[in-house]
Amino acid sequence: MPLTVNGADFPTEGLDPDMPLLWVLRDVLGLAGTKYGCGIAQCGACTVHVDGVATRSCQVALGDVWGPVTTIEGLGTPAAPHPVQAAWIERQVAQCGYCQSGQIMQAASLLAEVAEPSDAEIDDAMSGNLCRCGTYPRIREAVRAAARAMKGA
Amino acid sequence: MGRAKTIARRAFLIGSAAIAGGVAFGVWRFRTPYANPLLRDLPEGAAALTPYVIITAEAITLITPRADKGQGATSVQAALIAEELDVDLDQIMIDPGPPDRAYWNTALSSEAVPFRATDEGWLAEAARGAMAAPMKFLGMQITGGSTTVPDGYEKLRRAGAVARETLKAAAARLHGVEVASLTTERGAVILPDGTRLSYRSLATEAARTEPVTEVTLRDPADWRLLTKPMQRIDIVAKSTGTQGYGIDVTRPDMLYAAVRLAPQGAALRGYDATRAEAMRGVEKIVALPAGVAVVATSTWHAMQGAQAITLDHGPTPFPPGMAGHWQALSDSFDSARQDSQFRDAGDVAAALAVSTDVEAEYRAPYLAHAPLEPLNATVLHTPGRVDVWTGTQVPRFVQTNVAAITGLGPEAVHVHAQMIGGSFGHRLEDEAVRHAARIAMAVPGRPVKLTYSREEDMGHDFPRQIAMARGRGRVAGGRVEALDLGIAMPSVIASQMGRQNIPAPGPDLQIVAGAWDQPYAIPHYRVTGYRAPELAPISSWRSVGASTNGFFHESLLDEVIHAAGADPLEERLRLCDHAPSRKVLEAVAEMSDWGAPMTAGRGRGVALCLSFGVPCAMVVAVSATGEGIRLDHVHVAAEVGRVLDPVNFDGLVKGGVVFGLGHAMHGAITYENGVTEQTNFDTFRAMRLYQCPEITVRGLENGERIRGVGEPPVPPAAPALANAIFAATGKRLREMPFDTHIGFV
Repeated sequence: MPLTVNGADFPTEGLDPDMPLLWVLRDVLGLAGTKYGCGIAQCGACTVHVDGVATRSCQVALGDVWGPVTTIEGLGTPAAPHPVQAAWIERQVAQCGYCQSGQIMQAASLLAEVAEPSDAEIDDAMSGNLCRCGTYPRIREAVRAAARAMKGA
Repeated sequence: MGRAKTIARRAFLIGSAAIAGGVAFGVWRFRTPYANPLLRDLPEGAAALTPYVIITAEAITLITPRADKGQGATSVQAALIAEELDVDLDQIMIDPGPPDRAYWNTALSSEAVPFRATDEGWLAEAARGAMAAPMKFLGMQITGGSTTVPDGYEKLRRAGAVARETLKAAAARLHGVEVASLTTERGAVILPDGTRLSYRSLATEAARTEPVTEVTLRDPADWRLLTKPMQRIDIVAKSTGTQGYGIDVTRPDMLYAAVRLAPQGAALRGYDATRAEAMRGVEKIVALPAGVAVVATSTWHAMQGAQAITLDHGPTPFPPGMAGHWQALSDSFDSARQDSQFRDAGDVAAALAVSTDVEAEYRAPYLAHAPLEPLNATVLHTPGRVDVWTGTQVPRFVQTNVAAITGLGPEAVHVHAQMIGGSFGHRLEDEAVRHAARIAMAVPGRPVKLTYSREEDMGHDFPRQIAMARGRGRVAGGRVEALDLGIAMPSVIASQMGRQNIPAPGPDLQIVAGAWDQPYAIPHYRVTGYRAPELAPISSWRSVGASTNGFFHESLLDEVIHAAGADPLEERLRLCDHAPSRKVLEAVAEMSDWGAPMTAGRGRGVALCLSFGVPCAMVVAVSATGEGIRLDHVHVAAEVGRVLDPVNFDGLVKGGVVFGLGHAMHGAITYENGVTEQTNFDTFRAMRLYQCPEITVRGLENGERIRGVGEPPVPPAAPALANAIFAATGKRLREMPFDTHIGFV
């Protein structure tokens, strides 16, 4: 079965079915925007969407991928950013930026599910994503700003 | 014309050198004897305008040698050059530049002399000047100590101004007009008739122009970029997954590697890689001095292989468990181990003999740096040349050490600096790069990327120092009368410099940093540093000595103030003898509405710590709830002389607060049988978003010197939180992490 990533199909013959999706994306497909941080679903840096839902790609074996995959590269681009990415840029959330792909994918998944999340819902959804630089205050602001922008769109 | 010939012909020029249709010039030359490193690999038709500016017909490139690990160093360095060069940040390319002595860090040395940052006396100034000489000699191209801004503040603006004025001189000669009639704007020289000559079009002529080195820096009132909200250069890339980090490096025909390392300092007796050798994707097993590497077809296969290796190693050279570490610290409060006593005012012994009203012991654990990007390095070893792609705060150490490992000269080692996904001091060490070089030697001609698993990264970190403090105080008439603080820790600097074979003579100021140098005039006041024996190898962790000592000093002071029955903020203000420090205290008092009554179960705590020349005050407000302590609000003020980038300043300070609070609440690295018990984020806990308080930041600009703010918000966070918890609950926390004593929401 081919792997669908950002709308394109990739053959998986010859690949190790036990290989986590994270490493298939990074080392096989060259999609380096998805990050390795812990390998045990504690940091969220590897978050992608599988069938539209935020998923820790370090925990999904290639053989178990159950739907099309969207990575940060497929969410939006520098020229055409997704509203969540636009909010991240406008609020200048990133410091080292290493966790931000995962943060953005998590936030996009939240807003796809809950258009106007409460502060508590934002806290709940985003607390599995670790940021060692401490950008949490701006992440909260950016999620709220993205929600407003998406509502207006 | 050949490049070598061109350089020789123009070599007499100090500060400027023509390179086949280009030019190199700048302020660096009369400050240092070092050659402009950009001339070595400069392509045909390029001009290297100072070691910080290259102009070609295609692009203007600014060199930003201080490593960016998330603090925004690249952007602020570029803005400092661009401000005087008259280019906008969307017109330029950025290059971190090569490792070179020309990029030495002058500001770092000022932290190494025993004079308080508040001391502007001639002796202190002379000592700082004397330290600058050896720093230059060592050519320490180091990013650290919150020095990127102080180090570059004048140097980089001057580099931009020299380049601008020389471009103007070139345009004047080319068009037969007076220099005084020319202006510059957005990367172009403007002729009197309004004609725009782009800098890029002037590169060739600039090469034939005597450099203009007498430049006057602009009045800050005329700045276009600095002090205004700027968009960080990397913000779009970092919001779209397009920012490349060291861990993302790919090279043609690249192999992947992972390591399994023996515990820190333990001798490797042998290993069994039989299982790993048979695993899918594994290409090669490489023995290292203190472990084994697996080379494979993907990072995951390499990590799987490394995990399947069993090591036979000896004991660690430090106590196997924490009881031994604490005992070693406890035994160090001894005159034989006294390292410094730079603060000794009044007669502490006599004052405390009259009465000792407070006596307390404080503890701070080892902490991992644990930036989210694990250590990594990509190395290609070919005959006569090594290429290294890695994120590092010490590129020249990397160059020297890789040269020694490969047996090549340093000039054959090409370090390509990469963006760093967080550091907090982690990338001041280069052990991972040394391992990568050895692995590359085993697969010559093929690039190999070593990536540490999180477990190897955390398990083999050189953590923040463990430290213990013992304090006493006396009160009289509702006031603090005496404060006596002793601090014991191993020397971070000796441990760190030892791994680079650099001696660190004399007292280690970091043992007492953030304590001996605090801006208080207490009548009887003494701070003593005790150098504990070397325990686990340690390294600089965001704010270094002050990360533990700010907690010790401000907790003890709070206890003594409480014993005096005084108000924590008012009494600090009364004792404070440094005007900029008073102002940050007054700022947080006003911001937090300090005197306003609070409901039962809520409390405020204040702390002030002056570190890296920056007084930073913080008021933390907490609530005691059924689920534990909740952090409500933090008000923080820092005095940095001038806020160059207000958006980044706000973010860095908030990040420092989160870092300081999160580790104080939850962070610890402990050893059992010589091995770290925490190797991932499930057990090494950090602050999560739901725990994050609201944070309000104010930057003050009253000081005469410009300072960096990467580290100063960290030291006051832990004591402000502990003092707030005391105010809310009556429970005094004297040991970090606090969650061993109290629950948090």
